[in-house]
Amino acid sequence: MRSTALLRKIAQVVVAPLIALAIALLVTSLVVVLAGNSVSVFFDVMLTPPSQRIWVNIINQTAMLFLAGMAAAIAFRMNLFNIGIEGQYTLASYSGALVAGMALFPGTLNILAALVVAMAVGAAWAAIAGVLKVTRGVSEVISTIMLNSIAITLVGWLLNTYGDQYGQGRRTTPIPESSQLLGLGFGFFDTSTGGVFALASLAVIVGVGFALVINRSRFGFDLRATGGNEAAAIASGVRVKKMIVISMLLSGGVAGLIWMPDLFGGADYYGTPFQSGLGFTGLAVALLGRNRPLGVAFGALLFAWLSVQANPLGLKADISPSVVQITQGVVVLVVVVVYEVVRRWGAAAEQRALRSTLETAPAGGQA
Amino acid sequence: MTTSVESGPGGPALAPSGGIEVRGITKRFPGVVANSDVNLTIRPGTVHALIGENGAGKSTLMKILYGVQKPDEGTIAVDGREVHFSSPTDAIKVGIGMVFQHFMLADNLTVLENVVLGAEHLYGIGGNARVQIKAISADYGFGLDPDVLVEELGVGQRQRVEILKVLYRGARTIVLDEPTAVLVPQEVDALFANLRELRASGHTILFISHKLDEVLAIADDITVMRRGKTVGEADPATATKHQLAELMVGSELPDPETEESTVTTTPMLTMRDVGLTDAAGRDLLTGIDLTIHRGEVLGIAGVEGNGQAELVETIMGMRRPTGGMIDVGGANVTRWTTRRRRKLGIGFIPEDRHRHGLLLDAPLWENRILGHQTSRQLNWRGVIRRRAAKKDTRRIVEQYDVRTPTINTHARALSGGNQQKLIVGREMSGDPVLLIAAHPTRGVDVGAQGAIWNHIKTARREGLAVLLISADLDELIGLSDRIQVILRGEMVGEFDPDRVTPQELGAAMTGGKGGEQ
Repeated sequence: MRSTALLRKIAQVVVAPLIALAIALLVTSLVVVLAGNSVSVFFDVMLTPPSQRIWVNIINQTAMLFLAGMAAAIAFRMNLFNIGIEGQYTLASYSGALVAGMALFPGTLNILAALVVAMAVGAAWAAIAGVLKVTRGVSEVISTIMLNSIAITLVGWLLNTYGDQYGQGRRTTPIPESSQLLGLGFGFFDTSTGGVFALASLAVIVGVGFALVINRSRFGFDLRATGGNEAAAIASGVRVKKMIVISMLLSGGVAGLIWMPDLFGGADYYGTPFQSGLGFTGLAVALLGRNRPLGVAFGALLFAWLSVQANPLGLKADISPSVVQITQGVVVLVVVVVYEVVRRWGAAAEQRALRSTLETAPAGGQA
Repeated sequence: MTTSVESGPGGPALAPSGGIEVRGITKRFPGVVANSDVNLTIRPGTVHALIGENGAGKSTLMKILYGVQKPDEGTIAVDGREVHFSSPTDAIKVGIGMVFQHFMLADNLTVLENVVLGAEHLYGIGGNARVQIKAISADYGFGLDPDVLVEELGVGQRQRVEILKVLYRGARTIVLDEPTAVLVPQEVDALFANLRELRASGHTILFISHKLDEVLAIADDITVMRRGKTVGEADPATATKHQLAELMVGSELPDPETEESTVTTTPMLTMRDVGLTDAAGRDLLTGIDLTIHRGEVLGIAGVEGNGQAELVETIMGMRRPTGGMIDVGGANVTRWTTRRRRKLGIGFIPEDRHRHGLLLDAPLWENRILGHQTSRQLNWRGVIRRRAAKKDTRRIVEQYDVRTPTINTHARALSGGNQQKLIVGREMSGDPVLLIAAHPTRGVDVGAQGAIWNHIKTARREGLAVLLISADLDELIGLSDRIQVILRGEMVGEFDPDRVTPQELGAAMTGGKGGEQ
């Protein structure tokens, strides 16, 4: 039965996402054909080995998507649906950029201050939904979606009102040169055009921290227990209301970090370089990765690959790059189904293992 | 006993029908054989009792008879004709009706509306249906008014509505799944009177139970199931409880009798004038006064839904009392959180283990931690001591005979009895001073039941104070040092288990008369 447990794990971790990906690519191919384009050219473009510069792009995207996925996973593990990551990181990115642009502290300290502010703003914005849920019973799904709109509108207004005029639009004051972080080459990538964001390391820190806190700490146990069975968690002494607020704070805090690697790794200010949509994609990545750090990392890499590799589709094959959004959507849809199938299969295998134990055990057991 | 054909007092006498022949039924589920070569002959116009301990396969057989499950092998014949069911609709077509243990009635609808729901095509939903319902009610002495809301009915009356529902649909064979589990003794007598009238009018009744006294009182034939098989038949005229028990479990029934008293004078749990109201301001608990001493088991008797669950949740801190004081071992815990109370050493065996006691999709060793997150043994400065948790889970699995392949098995995979043993083992860990045990042996096989009783007795001898809530009056009388009766959220009487009879308790539970004091 040790081997079935292992098989189950492999099926869950490797086979299920691969099946989902295969089905998703099949559907995408169908769409490509229906649109009158060539499937072979599509795959040709998607599977072209990335150049160094493209690799750097993929890695940077992966890091940011991973952070978004982790933000979603923290809440998901407690059965909270933080749909508001988009709004949280938009507001946090603006606030972080604003503080960094003020250059209140020298160099590295300035970066730290900006990170703290971004996390605090993201956490506070998420906490609004948490507090509404525990005090008024407002579903966090509804409140976070509405808070998204409010956050995005608010940032737009703030930027228009207080931002510096720059070209056609407005932006926050660029961060001082002492706070700009050079891209990393790892002795392999050419850093003259950028390199890997130095703050991509935040993804590693958050991933390791997540794994330790969720799996090893009492707090993590309480969080998972609440997600698994809220009534039992209450009976075991977990203060669920407190946990809801704390996990929303954590989720929002991590959401605040999402765009920070880009801000300090090349964007320099909040304005046109800001990449929106990461928050929503993060939800899909978390789902794909079953809310586990390694799984989410894989999901982030897959999504990053799809979106970065799709860029030349229009140029080379006259296919809209948006077609990969179909792939991404179908992957998530199918993976939910496949995970459930694997789960049931695992439960049946466990039952069989139990029976074999019961049959070898002395009499008196219950069927 | 002969098949009674003569007319009962009011029931229309029809030729008895609805006899069932079950031959060689086998049903396998992933991992278990629930029924294996089951044979059952139910003579028309009789009350046939099917007995067996929990998990013996009675429910599966019942579901097969009602078309909810399809057998893998075997045949069913009704009145000599072989039948195949693919849904309950097919079963009701040949005249088999089912009354479930948990009623399936809409509280906010009237008796009439509940009865016609889903059977509108028979007599419509108006006058005709009302006439029909009144006729059935009068024939069998149900005394039901079709236009009363179900929420205003008591448990016994609700059950009669369920029986009326299947009669209305033309059932000749009525299957009753543990019908007495929710009834007090007086209501059981009333039910049996109804069943006798149904039998007199030619109906056939399959009565599923594990209460031997009741079976001997009502049945014409008895079939015993054990471990998925029909292991024997008995004639209620000659069989004794002892013989039936041996057939059921393959050995003598365990005995909950407590040996000599270990009660001390040190109060462990004291509640003074505790009250609780719900959000709408209705009283759930009123003026609860009770004391449990070290080494004492206090039994709480009551019909389900009279405040037992609320009492437990108030003691555990899951609900805030609206008044009064709760003291555990000298500490006033009235305003404490659940976690703080747990730390004091309160063990908790919840009434609904799936809802309050387990993380079904977590491995057993993680379930060991649930409720004991703050224990010094299981965590060190906020870090879970996984190795210690696993080691202690192995100890529980061994000491409490939890049947599981490994401690990494998910709790969901275990049978109810083994889940319960794990919970009991967990709550007995870490030297609790007070144990709140709500229905500790519900849904547990007889072997495990005896083991759980023994664990409670041992712990009591070592000074544990126990609050025992149970619907099983034998368990309550056998284990308790004192019994208090709860009715509509109030303590209405106290009894000495050595002298009280189940009938007296039943009367107090329904408000018939107060306690001895």
